[in-house]
Amino acid sequence: MVQYVTARLDTSFAALSDATRRGVLEQLGRADASITDLAEKFHMTLTGMKKHVGVLEQAGLVTTEKIGRVRTCQLGPRRLEAETAWLERYRQRWDERFDELDKVVEELTRMEMSDERKKRK
Amino acid sequence: MNARSESERGVVKNRTTVERTSDREVVVTRAINGPARIVFEAFTRAELFKRWWVPKSIGMTLLSCEIDARVGGKYRLEFDVGAAEPAAFFGTYVEVQPSSRLVWTNDEAGEGGSVTTVTFEDKGDKTLVVLREKYPSKEALDTAGTGAAEAMVETFDQLDELLVALGESVGR
Repeated sequence: MVQYVTARLDTSFAALSDATRRGVLEQLGRADASITDLAEKFHMTLTGMKKHVGVLEQAGLVTTEKIGRVRTCQLGPRRLEAETAWLERYRQRWDERFDELDKVVEELTRMEMSDERKKRK
Repeated sequence: MNARSESERGVVKNRTTVERTSDREVVVTRAINGPARIVFEAFTRAELFKRWWVPKSIGMTLLSCEIDARVGGKYRLEFDVGAAEPAAFFGTYVEVQPSSRLVWTNDEAGEGGSVTTVTFEDKGDKTLVVLREKYPSKEALDTAGTGAAEAMVETFDQLDELLVALGESVGR
């Protein structure tokens, strides 16, 4: 069991340890793309990109489908999880920001109220 | 009187919601405890803005913050990101309607930059803030070095950390 988990983790580690492959995942999170598209976007050879996609495919992060002469890549079974994680991360970022904004606004509102009371006196 | 209203405010934690409305727009909604007039000031005065805009979890230190919130006016934020050069975020205010609406561009990504629209609406003693980040095209969103892309990168970084932690926990 431990060996199995370790082997899977090795695959995931290897897949995610490379900046280009993380870039490819991000790219595929926006839209499906052919290997040719990806090679162009990341300024590398077709062979180089095929290798990267192969690693991602093995880790279950990407699936590919060959239609005619074009091999199209899309995010693998983890796609939905990744999208949900993306939105949640985005939400947390703003939530944290707005919590701080709440504090600033509350402080200003309190100051203004006490100023008004002073004026009335 | 003041103490009571304070504790009431303390109880209610306003919720932040995020919705991906299309492949080139994200909308964030949140109620803020105070009048729209004051929330607007917190968005447009640098000394207030810098007190809340940078989340602690982001791991970047704000070096400077300049805001000229007039139509055509510029803003510029510089962060220490541990590199030789600070990271700069900058753009231009396109619409400025006091207490109700702000539109600015995010120009650090070049022509593919997003446009941020914020509306402020008084709701009782709170303000409803709706913030939209819209990209000129799907391609622009694909390549933009934006907050959204940043969040994505951060997600992968976190995934990396998680994998490292898992790896250690199974005795590697």
